[in-house]
Amino acid sequence: MNAHPTKELLAAEAAQRLQEIEARPEALKPKDRLKIPTQEMPAQDPAVRRGNIEEVACGYSPEQARLEALRCFQCKNAPCIEGCPVRIDIPAFVRAISEGHVKQAIDIIKLNSLLPSVCGRVCPQEVQCQAPCTVGRTLKDVGQAVSIGRLERFAADWERAQGTPDIPPVKPPTGKKVAVIGSGPAGITVAADVRREGHAVTLFEAFHKPGGVMVYGIPEFRLPKLIVQKEIDTLTTMGVKLVTNFVVGRTRALQDLLDKDGFDAIFIGTGAGLPKFMNIEGENLVGVFSANEYLTRANLMRAYDFGHAQTPIFRSHKVAVLGGGNVAMDSARMAVRLGAEDVHLVYRRTEVEMPARVEEVAHAKEEGIVFHLLQNAKRILGNEQGCVTGMECLKYQLGEPDASGRRRPVEIPGSEFVMPVDTVIVAIGNESNPLIKQTTIGLETDKWGHIIVDANGKTSLDRVYAGGDIVLGAATVILAMGEGRRAAASINRLLAESIA
Amino acid sequence: MYPILYREQLSDDVVLMRLAAPLIAEERKPGQFVIVQLDSKYGERIPLTIADADTKEGSITIIFQVVGLTTHRLAALREGDMIENLVGPLGRPTHIEKFGTVVCIGGGIGVAPLYPIVQGMQRAGNKVIIIMGARTKNLLILEPRMRALADELIICTDDGSYGRKALVTAPLKELCERNPKPNLAVAIGPPIMMKFCAETTRPYGVPTVVSLNTIMVDGTGMCGGCRVTVGGKTRFVCVDGPEFDGHQVDFDNMMKRLRAYKKQEDEARTQCRLGQMTACPP
Ligand SMILES: Cc1cc2nc3c(=O)[nH]c(=O)nc-3n(C[C@H](O)[C@H](O)[C@H](O)COP(=O)(O)OP(=O)(O)OC[C@H]3O[C@@H](n4cnc5c(N)ncnc54)[C@H](O)[C@@H]3O)c2cc1C
Ligand SMILES: Cc1cc2nc3c(=O)[nH]c(=O)nc-3n(C[C@H](O)[C@H](O)[C@H](O)COP(=O)(O)OP(=O)(O)OC[C@H]3O[C@@H](n4cnc5c(N)ncnc54)[C@H](O)[C@@H]3O)c2cc1C
Ligand code: SF4
Ligand code: SF4
Ligand code: FES
Repeated sequence: MNAHPTKELLAAEAAQRLQEIEARPEALKPKDRLKIPTQEMPAQDPAVRRGNIEEVACGYSPEQARLEALRCFQCKNAPCIEGCPVRIDIPAFVRAISEGHVKQAIDIIKLNSLLPSVCGRVCPQEVQCQAPCTVGRTLKDVGQAVSIGRLERFAADWERAQGTPDIPPVKPPTGKKVAVIGSGPAGITVAADVRREGHAVTLFEAFHKPGGVMVYGIPEFRLPKLIVQKEIDTLTTMGVKLVTNFVVGRTRALQDLLDKDGFDAIFIGTGAGLPKFMNIEGENLVGVFSANEYLTRANLMRAYDFGHAQTPIFRSHKVAVLGGGNVAMDSARMAVRLGAEDVHLVYRRTEVEMPARVEEVAHAKEEGIVFHLLQNAKRILGNEQGCVTGMECLKYQLGEPDASGRRRPVEIPGSEFVMPVDTVIVAIGNESNPLIKQTTIGLETDKWGHIIVDANGKTSLDRVYAGGDIVLGAATVILAMGEGRRAAASINRLLAESIA
Repeated sequence: MYPILYREQLSDDVVLMRLAAPLIAEERKPGQFVIVQLDSKYGERIPLTIADADTKEGSITIIFQVVGLTTHRLAALREGDMIENLVGPLGRPTHIEKFGTVVCIGGGIGVAPLYPIVQGMQRAGNKVIIIMGARTKNLLILEPRMRALADELIICTDDGSYGRKALVTAPLKELCERNPKPNLAVAIGPPIMMKFCAETTRPYGVPTVVSLNTIMVDGTGMCGGCRVTVGGKTRFVCVDGPEFDGHQVDFDNMMKRLRAYKKQEDEARTQCRLGQMTACPP
């Protein structure tokens, strides 16, 4: 575990460099910009953070942010914008930060994104906005692209620190009612965009707390729950009615919301569900969990708060996590924080193919998680009590590329070995949430149960729209938000027509 | 917030409550359940069957046995107290139609979830035979209500303190041997009882429905905590069940999984004895 330079040190270095740059009379040339080092994100010391739940990445100091922003070439063609699913005007907001106009920066970001403090933290920037960045391209290292996400987070955090955020203006009441099902990023976005037009919005949430995966999946150490709560507070201040403990399809049928309760349109943003298992021997032994169960108990029910939490959480000693995405990293890192001594991550491809954010992979390694690449579980072993005692694994090598373009892992016959563990967390993805499909006649889905929508986000049912993971399959926060914006625009058009 | 309208102690460790929940009362069907959580910050979410509902009062009835921390805390509440979170109705409703003769077997607290099913089966025009079992007489619940609905009621106690001294499987076997044999059996109770009921009916080919009481978290098909093996496939009790074909369920695996958190639950009890927790399980 390598030590990080402290937050104070990083801030001081940046302040000094910034002073030097500002002392120079002439404007920065591209080659000067390239000389500014990528600003490292200050982070909690790995040895310390293993034992707490607090956020790992601490955020840039104002000087670091300005310095990082100065690295941007302000490209005319701005390829970064193409890489952002919601097309934030990146050069403009980065420039504002470089000039010290943070308020202006956040205003620019908010024209396109409703959740900058979330996306700045959790977007897979290295494959989105930062992938095509000219600075990164010039330095032949995407890791040295302008840190757009961190700057976005900086601007959003700055705004939150100012106290009251600007509440978007709401038009006069139109008399129209819209139901939004699910309070994840897709639902939050629709609720805000539809409410702004003056329509009455009710946001239904099955859980006792709103926020979707942002509260029950992504851990506190990556996305503080207070941030999500602030976004929800903004909605309720705008007049959105929040109804928790309400499962559409059970507490009320979707069709009844339209026919009996007088809603004029509905948005379904129920997210992914039904965790996938591998269908291998031993998968239902005691000590085998889906990442969703493990993380929900840990996050939503605060299992990490020993002595207060009433949700039982398995006290593991040796943990194996199966998978290579964000969900796998979160589970592994949560297991460390819940006191496991050894945590192993088992992934059947190599690190290059891992879908997890690069930063999470790096953080996981720093926290002492042992990576087992090109390996996979064959069966899970248990004792007479039905408890996990180990996992038999197989080794793999990379073969020909498959349909996804990634080289397919092929098993090496006879390479079996046993990894002694008492807990196995399965994080190999989710299918779609089945409830609404099961209980709504005429709602078309594909063979994976994802709701089918047209280019406007409309489903096969009149006045019913959908977006986010329930349409895309397990995707990202920013994509869910993008879909939400599109559906909200369609709903607003539909309602405007019926008013006119 | 969901107020407790009525509370009654049915036996030493079984409590009946009516909770104000108009929406749930309106929508619920036999076989469905709710998830109760006493407080949002730290509370555990536990599933309880909706034993009855009153749409006029806008209330649902739950009947629960005090077994651990949450049921203990719930039992300590009084009329007028509030439950912070209540979500439902969850699960697929019981498949109710006119089958002919239906034997309903309830063991221990399983009699509570059985009650609305018996009501439904009886209304659908079935001949309903009820077998109720308990360890001892004073653990029997809902006898008068069940008697009012049954065409035939058989009571068994393990210790012979009331009714027949037998396990519920004994009269069940006799019923299966009758001609005509029952068209359907519905068994709800401890997993071990459901397992043996299913084994009893299997040779006679009497279809047997069981209602599984696995550990749950969300109840909407998201966490996978409630999974069971049915017919060799992984199924989710909260969205695919709670009722399944008893002849297909892997009860042994389910019983092991129910003990998954046993250590922590026991610890909660110990901590309590040491005075380290504010709310104590029995
Ligand atoms: C552990 C984990 C880590 C992740 N990490 C990242 C990351 O780093 N970066 C990133 O971009 N993405 C990440 N993701 C993915 C991202 O969180 C999702 O793509 C995104 O949250 C999807 O948003 P959504 O609005 O479609 O649904 P969700 O966030 O899933 O929200 C759906 C909501 O609907 C509710 N609901 C479901 N059914 C009903 C019903 N019938 N009635 C009422 N309410 C209902 C649910 O309770 C839930 O609150 C991660 C996901 C997980 C699980
Ligand atoms: C669909 C469904 C419907 C149910 N309906 C009822 C009902 O109507 N009345 C009722 O009394 N109970 C019912 N249960 C069981 C009830 O949910 C558990 O008794 C409760 O979760 C125990 O919580 P606790 O915190 O008090 O005990 P814990 O401390 O969690 O557990 C105490 C003891 O109970 C066992 N236990 C834990 N969870 C369960 C469970 N789900 N089923 C059986 N044993 C368990 C533990 O192994 C432990 O020995 C139902 C369960 C399901 C899944
Ligand atoms: S929203 Fe995500 S992809 Fe878009 S600029 Fe921000 S971090 Fe990049
Ligand atoms: S591509 Fe990179 S350098 Fe060019 S404008 Fe975008 S962020 Fe700046
Ligand atoms: S309780 Fe979570 S999936 Fe069934």
